[in-house]
Amino acid sequence: MTVSTTSRHTVLHEEHAALGASFTDFGGWDMPLKYGSELAEHHAVRNAAGLFDLSHMGEIRVTGEQAAAFLNTALVGNLAAIAVGRAKYSLLCTPQGGIIDDLISYRLGDDEYLVVPNAGNAGVVAQTLQERAAGFDVTVVDESDRTSLVAVQGPAAEAILLELIPAAEQGQVTSLRYYAFAGATVAGTSVLLARTGYTGEDGFELYVANADAATLWAALLEAGEQHGLIPCGLASRDSLRLEAGMPLYGQELTLDTEPFSAGLGPVVSFTKDEDFIGREALQALKATGTPRRLVGMRGRGRRAARPGYPVVADGRHVGEVTSGAPSPTLGHPIALAYVETAFAEPGSTVTIDVRGKPEPFEVVALPFYRRPQ
Amino acid sequence: MSNIPDGLRYSAEHEWVSGPDADGVVRIGITDFAQDALGDVVYVDLPEVGTEIEAESTVGEVESTKSVSDLFAPVTGTVTARNEELDADPAKLNADPYGEGWLMEVSVKDPAQVEALLDAEGYRQQVG
Repeated sequence: MTVSTTSRHTVLHEEHAALGASFTDFGGWDMPLKYGSELAEHHAVRNAAGLFDLSHMGEIRVTGEQAAAFLNTALVGNLAAIAVGRAKYSLLCTPQGGIIDDLISYRLGDDEYLVVPNAGNAGVVAQTLQERAAGFDVTVVDESDRTSLVAVQGPAAEAILLELIPAAEQGQVTSLRYYAFAGATVAGTSVLLARTGYTGEDGFELYVANADAATLWAALLEAGEQHGLIPCGLASRDSLRLEAGMPLYGQELTLDTEPFSAGLGPVVSFTKDEDFIGREALQALKATGTPRRLVGMRGRGRRAARPGYPVVADGRHVGEVTSGAPSPTLGHPIALAYVETAFAEPGSTVTIDVRGKPEPFEVVALPFYRRPQ
Repeated sequence: MSNIPDGLRYSAEHEWVSGPDADGVVRIGITDFAQDALGDVVYVDLPEVGTEIEAESTVGEVESTKSVSDLFAPVTGTVTARNEELDADPAKLNADPYGEGWLMEVSVKDPAQVEALLDAEGYRQQVG
């Protein structure tokens, strides 16, 4: 175990320590890895609910008459097309089409958005947006240091929230659609309540001022207990997102990857009015196709593939694993890997070199896990 | 604070070794510290009974949701038994690492090798 003196703490760090969390460095933050058993945390989210501290994520507010036009220039998606009260997943790319970050943008008003980058990228995203804002009538403010984020994920998430929300506001919670959000009062604290998540389950993410975070966290833990909610760390967050087939920045997505290989082609809007950074390179890539594609793989044996392991077919190296683990829900190994396009169709069989021994894997459609409707 | 029972020997790679019985056979497992660091174990790969193992060589692996660790032989000898129940219920390794979560039994070549391992106090200092 190494003890880092440079990692940052969220405002909920004391709460995590009191709950017996073990910590890990993630994106420069000292974050809960697990509180007890990460498998129990994983299953709680699939079967009941889990509570996550995601305050390491960034929050950047973009305000101004040209906010929509600016984001349409800075990001690859069409942010002008979403209604107020809706969220959209998008990418920030380099002029060459490399992915700087994947992020979610919430349209707070006609002229106002909240952009949420990954923890490790928050600084570079804020800086890149500032640079790209030159010439636009917008202000870009990094509010990461004053904003906390907690997530309640799992089939019981809505029932738990309703216990803490005034009767007059309950209708807007039950009617809130996936990737929509509203202002709400939860346990007396004022939050931005979004029906978003990274687990493959129904659930909510609650953006709250740092000063209110501990009150909100304690109230959610208490109200959630009878519904089976437990606090969950980053270990279960990773296994949950992998089962849901969701990419993780730093593994599936990097500066050296682009949206088309990653299966994120539909996120790029070539039909929006604005010219956007990366457009030319991405247009060319779309026309020529990419030599590799990100695919899901199911292990036939019991040994799991891990990031960096080579994918082998026809006696040669045809790809590389980016994420892999034994799936707690499915009971067999799952992995995400970039492979040559010829091996990317579901049903293709390959082997993965698992520490010197070949293990059989089959390409399968994503996601690995889809929640029951 | 992890549980480090007196009366066992320990390797620097976080394995415990029981004192040899009358036939010179020791039982081997991983420590409480190791199971906690690994996380929930979902798969254990152990050498077949009859395998000759060499101290400090890799003889198997312990896999959890988030990581995988090589299993190092703490002593040289021949595998005489392995815990077949871990196949169906690897969680035993987390729940009871010194009891039902044992890994394998080995007939040691040189009992002095067991004596040369860390005692509980020495291992306690290592994991501090």
